[in-house]
Amino acid sequence: MLKVKDLKVNYGGIEAVKGISFEVPEKSIVTLIGANGAGKSTTLRSIVSLVKPASGTIEFMGENITGKDTNEIVAKGITLVPEGRKIFPDLTVLENLKIGAYMRKDNLTDDLNWVYDLFPRLKERHWQPGGTLSGGEQQMLAVARALMSRPKLIMMDEPSLGLAPLIVKGIFDIIKEINRQGVTILLIEQNANMALRTADVGYVMETGSITMTGTGAELLVNEQVRAAYLGK
Amino acid sequence: MDFINKNLPYLLAGISVGGQYALIAIGYTMVYGILRLINFAHGDIFMVAALVTVYATTTMPLYVSIPLTLIVTVVLGLAVERVAYKPLRNAPRMSVMISAIGVSYLLQNLALYVTGGLAQTYPAIPFISDTIQIGSATTKMVTVVTPILTIILVFALMQLINHTKIGMGMRAAANDFETSRLMGIKVDNVISMTFLIGSLLAAIGSVLYFTNYASVVPTSGAMPGLKAFVAAVFGGIGSIPGAVIGAFIIGICENIIKGLGWTTFSDAFTFALLIVILIVKPTGLFGEGATDKV
Ligand SMILES: Nc1ncnc2c1ncn2[C@@H]1O[C@H](COP(=O)(O)OP(=O)(O)OP(=O)(O)O)[C@@H](O)[C@H]1O
Ligand SMILES: [Mg+2]
Repeated sequence: MLKVKDLKVNYGGIEAVKGISFEVPEKSIVTLIGANGAGKSTTLRSIVSLVKPASGTIEFMGENITGKDTNEIVAKGITLVPEGRKIFPDLTVLENLKIGAYMRKDNLTDDLNWVYDLFPRLKERHWQPGGTLSGGEQQMLAVARALMSRPKLIMMDEPSLGLAPLIVKGIFDIIKEINRQGVTILLIEQNANMALRTADVGYVMETGSITMTGTGAELLVNEQVRAAYLGK
Repeated sequence: MDFINKNLPYLLAGISVGGQYALIAIGYTMVYGILRLINFAHGDIFMVAALVTVYATTTMPLYVSIPLTLIVTVVLGLAVERVAYKPLRNAPRMSVMISAIGVSYLLQNLALYVTGGLAQTYPAIPFISDTIQIGSATTKMVTVVTPILTIILVFALMQLINHTKIGMGMRAAANDFETSRLMGIKVDNVISMTFLIGSLLAAIGSVLYFTNYASVVPTSGAMPGLKAFVAAVFGGIGSIPGAVIGAFIIGICENIIKGLGWTTFSDAFTFALLIVILIVKPTGLFGEGATDKV
């Protein structure tokens, strides 16, 4: 579904991503793990054109989307749950959800019910300004907001960051549930253990390059991965 | 009672000019809210609107020249944004400020060139120029029309911002451009919308404001522009209700001071107020905290 080839991204003179290639098959969960500053967020941001790649191609459902405008890419069915949640603090929870569907012109009732089913907490708090939600609630809102665009591919940048273990488990359950309902998922995580358990395929990224790949299960037992990312 | 009777003309004038400042101040506050830019050219756009009315009315009937004024002013506001601010979207904020100051001087000098430096007589617009009697005060119809029209327009604007999709997009973009883009919002269109509204209200404000003046000169926009800017800061720049309330307070205070016989100090009052706010409460009456957008 998503094919990234030889992607390079520079910030000024710094090469943040140094020619990586990977694929996300339809209906799968793929995870990208790696240390701080490896270039994971940069990779996701370049897929939705928030940063322009220096070279390489990004193909989505057979179409070259490299360097297209962000809103065009979002319209094609890719969405990003950004690092740090980035919900709109001055908008209510309901407005945050509606703005996730900004590109759509059809009725939102079904989708609101869908995300409220996934996150009942958001329904209770639909009138509250986004900025007053707790960290975990904000993360739920960020995921729910992304779902409101009815994406084919949802990319999540560290959705479990800073959340209590129980909430982390909840988020991963939701990820699996969304995937079961047919949404393809590209997941970035610091929590390599959880991510690899959840994912079909994993890629390990180090300082701008992909150094290892395998199924989630393979990487979980890989010696190097265990030493570097699972603290064992 | 005697005090009120004596000061009624000044109070009325204050409310009226306050409404006019409010219509200008909204442009400052909205543009600041979304771009964190003080649009120094805004007062000059207001002046250009008045010149357009002057020239249009010499050859065209009012029902053409007033809409034409509104359209030309909006197009000018949008063009300024496109040409002078949009290319600097990722530049340091100071560069955009300097660009705005440049546009301000450019418009003034263009006006100087077009008018040949002669004061242009502002036309008497029927109905709003008509003289009326309110209690002990003799005044123009515009004095009554301005606050009513201002309140209607502000109400409509608040509806637009709080209850429509584009309004939601504007509020989102004011929070965060990048995430707004991720939602599929065309941020450039939202910014254009902001300039459109600001320029339109400034144009309406100019028709009301200049009805009280005999003529327009290239620097005519500077003083009301500055007052409106102070109103926006006073109300808390970025906040629309703040700008409107600030504008009414400044308009009323200025005129009451005139009523007390201290006309020479009425402008000084406004600027003293600016200094006091910046020292005591830089975020103004309704200002957001010091959330600087990166
Ligand atoms: N806007 C920017 N300007 C300059 N350098 C940047 C910018 N954004 C990221 N970088 C640099 O690019 C490299 C990759 O950053 P990126 O955010 O992609 O890492 P990451 O893998 O997501 O790390 P983390 O796990 O800490 O979020 C880092 O060295 C970072 O300092
Ligand atoms: Mg990151």
